[in-house]
Amino acid sequence: MNFVSEFSTNDFLYMLKGLGISISLTLWAVVCGTILGIIFGFIRSGVGALLNFFMGSILDVFRSVPLLIQLILFNALGSILKLGFSPFQVSCIVLSVYTAAYVSEAVRSGILSVPPALLRSARSLGLTYFQTLREIVFPLALRVSFPTWVGITLGVFKDTSLVLWIGIIELLKSSQIIITRTQEPILILSIAGLLYFIVSFGFTRVAKRVEKKWEQYEL
Amino acid sequence: MIEIIDVHKSFGRLEILRGINMEVEKNKVHSILGASGSGKSTLLQCINGLESIQQGRISVDGIDVGDKATNLNALRTKIGIVFQQFNVFPHLTTLENITLALKVVMKKTTKEAKEIAVLQLERIGLGDKVDVYPSKLSGGQQQRLAIARALAMSPSYMLFDEITSALDPMLVGEVLDALRGLKENGMTMMIVTHEIRFAKEVSDTVSFLHKGKVIESGPPGDIIDNPREVETIKFLERSLN
Amino acid sequence: MDYTFHWYPAFKLLPKMLVGSITTIEIAFLSMLFGIIIGASLALAKNSDSKILSSFAGAWIEVSRNTPALYQIYMAYFGLGTFGIYVGSFGALLIGITFNNAGYLAETFRGGLRAIPATQMKTARSLGMNYFQAFIYVIFPQLLKTVFHSVTNQTVWAILMTSLGVIVGMNTDLMGVTNELNALSFRTFEYFSLAAVLYYLITKLFLGLAYLLNVKLFRY
Repeated sequence: MNFVSEFSTNDFLYMLKGLGISISLTLWAVVCGTILGIIFGFIRSGVGALLNFFMGSILDVFRSVPLLIQLILFNALGSILKLGFSPFQVSCIVLSVYTAAYVSEAVRSGILSVPPALLRSARSLGLTYFQTLREIVFPLALRVSFPTWVGITLGVFKDTSLVLWIGIIELLKSSQIIITRTQEPILILSIAGLLYFIVSFGFTRVAKRVEKKWEQYEL
Repeated sequence: MIEIIDVHKSFGRLEILRGINMEVEKNKVHSILGASGSGKSTLLQCINGLESIQQGRISVDGIDVGDKATNLNALRTKIGIVFQQFNVFPHLTTLENITLALKVVMKKTTKEAKEIAVLQLERIGLGDKVDVYPSKLSGGQQQRLAIARALAMSPSYMLFDEITSALDPMLVGEVLDALRGLKENGMTMMIVTHEIRFAKEVSDTVSFLHKGKVIESGPPGDIIDNPREVETIKFLERSLN
Repeated sequence: MDYTFHWYPAFKLLPKMLVGSITTIEIAFLSMLFGIIIGASLALAKNSDSKILSSFAGAWIEVSRNTPALYQIYMAYFGLGTFGIYVGSFGALLIGITFNNAGYLAETFRGGLRAIPATQMKTARSLGMNYFQAFIYVIFPQLLKTVFHSVTNQTVWAILMTSLGVIVGMNTDLMGVTNELNALSFRTFEYFSLAAVLYYLITKLFLGLAYLLNVKLFRY
């Protein structure tokens, strides 16, 4: 096997550009999805059982249908309704809703994990409903749901690979294009894999450090 | 007979047993007293090979426990051990808890295993709980199940590692009764316990362990009523009050 | 809007899609079967004292969890070809999803093993069982109960992941069939909506079965 490769610096930059798109999509999806998810999560934990079940069922649909189909459907709907969304915008919207579905579940569990006894104490001290929410429930729920949220974020980053199907050249597609030209799949896929790994692993490390910092406040 | 000769055991740098010498003759009951950390539980677990020793020799009916050639699995069928934490198998019924080892280790048929198990359960007073899951049993009942499970293997020796320490005081009595029954039937037993009065009542020999060594050993009348060593006296004073 | 939805043609294709669903379920099932076996082995390897085994398992677990499933499928499809192993889209999909499952399940099993008290093994050994017997009759059944929920989730994941096969050319599973039919008539929205409903139903059906299994197996 000779190690002279057709792979050039330009190719590597091309892949980095793809990575940039993946990261950018992830950021959009996570920011919008988390905000939406927190809102949904709070609503779901505050309302009665029936409404929660209803909301939960709808959000559950997004977790029970392949993401690829969601992208295709929304893309198709977009052209039917002549909404004029670019594939990037379609991806952002679909990924945001997808993220929100998972985040709302995590947030809801986090909120419900706060012992009611703590809430009673807070109210007994004179805090209002919203003050209790802000000072007691929110920080505690955040801490509990953080690991799950990290998992969701990583999942979204990996799922951005699917958007190649609706025409976006993210990291995996850019790799595929180069492979078609140079016929060196192992080399290029290894580089792509390394890039995915570095971002994913790096993010996990940072998250672990944040978790460690919070641990000092544990009882 | 169980012979324990100059046994030393360490966990890493920490030496737990510092030269234990002990003999347990057939049909005799030997109780071991001592404070937490004195090495009592470790000693029992060395006898059936769960823990290895660094120095010395333990032999059961002439078989060297530490010898690499010894078939530990076969030896363990001769030595029954019951732990403080019951350790019943939660996913099996009371009956299945007992028949499992009978079938898998002693290769009994399902019919034979069931007969033995039912007999043991009736003897220990759990005859009506045959198909019940341990989660539905009280602590005392679970401990008795553990005893029946060990007895079903027809061991020559029974080792008891503080088996009443995790029980509600109300339930201790039924377990001690089971042990009295065993003694009456001539079982050779080593009992690690905090129940001093019980130890005095059933034992032929009592040994007091302190920081990994046997400080005093002899008939219960001597050790418990007339202790000679300072540590023994201090321990008994604390325990009996 | 000047698009009319034509649902009827979509329904006429239901039989073909149902046949595709069978392939989907097949792949998901196989990938979980192999995934569990390999995952359990990886868990034991990672926990073992051997540095080689532990590192190998660790590498597999980390790679499968930090790279996309589609990437792993690509590796199987494009990468294995370099070594002369041409697996085709079915093979690549199965290998990719199995690889992914094994990694995630290994972590699940490790967590489950940690949750079982060490004393259960001690007691089983004290009764004369050897390591294998103790593992099969005492440890494994309890492990099953602890990890049941996670394994169920992973299976749902696997079912949905099979849809990625279409990207490497699969045309016999539900997604692949739908995609091919779509290429013929471009009723994209209707066809894929129907496919979406089928995936939803398959998922819910499976979860129902899992619930029944849970109740039957773990009534203690």
